Amino acid sequence: MKLEDKLFLVTFNADTESHLKIKDQAVCRKCQDKPCISGCPAACYEYEHEKDEVMVSFEGCLECGTCRIICPYANIDWRYPRGGFGVKYKHG
Amino acid sequence: MADEKFDAIVVGAGPSGLAAAITMAKAGLEVALLERGSFAGSKNVMGGIFYRHPLDTIVPEFWKTAPVERPIIEQRYWMLGDQGHVGGGVRSQTFDGDKPNCWSVLRAKFDRWLAEQAEAAGVMILTEAKVESLLQKDGMVVGVHTLLDDGDLNADVVVIAEGVNSILLRDMGIHPEIKPNQVATIVKEVISLAPEKIEDRFNVEKGQGISIELLGTPSQGGVGMGFLYTNKDSLSIGMGVLVSDLARLKLKPNDLLENLKNHPSIRPLIAGGKTEEYLAHFIPEGGYNAVPRQIHGNGWVAIGDSVMLVNSVHREGSNLAVKSGILAAEAIVAAKKKGDFSAATLAVYRQALDASFVMKDLAKYKGLSHFMETNPQLFSVYPNLINDAATEMFTVDGVSKREKQGRILKMVKERRGLFGAALDAIKGGLNAR
Repeated sequence: MKLEDKLFLVTFNADTESHLKIKDQAVCRKCQDKPCISGCPAACYEYEHEKDEVMVSFEGCLECGTCRIICPYANIDWRYPRGGFGVKYKHG
Repeated sequence: MADEKFDAIVVGAGPSGLAAAITMAKAGLEVALLERGSFAGSKNVMGGIFYRHPLDTIVPEFWKTAPVERPIIEQRYWMLGDQGHVGGGVRSQTFDGDKPNCWSVLRAKFDRWLAEQAEAAGVMILTEAKVESLLQKDGMVVGVHTLLDDGDLNADVVVIAEGVNSILLRDMGIHPEIKPNQVATIVKEVISLAPEKIEDRFNVEKGQGISIELLGTPSQGGVGMGFLYTNKDSLSIGMGVLVSDLARLKLKPNDLLENLKNHPSIRPLIAGGKTEEYLAHFIPEGGYNAVPRQIHGNGWVAIGDSVMLVNSVHREGSNLAVKSGILAAEAIVAAKKKGDFSAATLAVYRQALDASFVMKDLAKYKGLSHFMETNPQLFSVYPNLINDAATEMFTVDGVSKREKQGRILKMVKERRGLFGAALDAIKGGLNAR
């Protein structure tokens, strides 16, 4: 089963502002592996070649914390979404 | 509300926070519990097996009304190779009956129910209430800062039950950021399946359930584990590895789960089911050594996953969470009687936790997390080696058993080396004493 089909099953109440922020894109440019991209279980991180930047789609974040811990440079400012926002599990 | 002061504020409505809140409310304290989700349980994930003890000491016979899924009468352990598995397990009717040992649960439902019990005991629960930071005054934690209309809330004690991503403890400098080898990223699916099919496939009576813990090839050499649990009308299946191995081996969590779902021993068990939800969460895997040195201070205590209280060897976590919540609450009730909420008074919590099964069990397996993480051959070489050795021994093809033993020895030599294998056995044995 494809990841995007699985994510389609999850309920989100997305905020307007991201709770995940890349602190410094220059650090990402130097980062060889960019493990945030493969490690995120919801594929929230993408590398945009044209801009040479790592982009975050916080709307589909499952709030696990992997990106924050896997980043070798502690370059992700990770907060919980505002109260009431973010993922809303129905089974858990 | 700014003028009002609670006896205690609990941050987070999971098993530890709810157990603490219930214990304090029943002792007559005024307790507020703040939960960032839209309802208690909406952010909460585990495998999940929930044990009767110690929640039944504060909510007697909770399972008679709580939304538990199935009492687990059999626990299976499988080592998966590419072609199948080698396994064992324990099954007993004593795990069911008047006082079952444990149940499968779905946390969004279970925690919501437990929060209702807390409210009935007098706890004031605020949902959609995220705590931004702790209020401090003269070296004491005196409340929490929120973006609610009511703003800041004051209390004699703040109970930190934020879960494994404890941003409050990190921001306070109490415990440094989690290390990639101390947590595993687990992804899970809830797959609906008719109850009769579950009972047939897993060989249980109506209403009963089983758990299967899984190690082996689906983790692609990463230090990790999987599980398959039976719910009432669904299965919970999950898989994950240490974050350090996600990075080292460039693994994608969902790929690992798909490996597991497509494994020849697992595929027939979940066939025909429909995926209802996909979830991700950290499991603390660091054991004893990952528990922060400081788990209490002036005006605060920290409990459950927020201080890494998980015994991953026995996949116990929520019971340790509940116990830590009860013990922290008892320390706070005693502190309230003294009118002193200093670290010295709240140290009763730490002492009680050390004396309980929580820290004793974590201490027992103290070296094991490190051993597993520094010996990746346990997860890369052994699963297929053990399966192939067993398959060789059980295949009847005219070769004598003694000769087969010789072949197995050769496999061990080639894939791990005799010295390495002997050392693994000794080290593993010593670490699991």
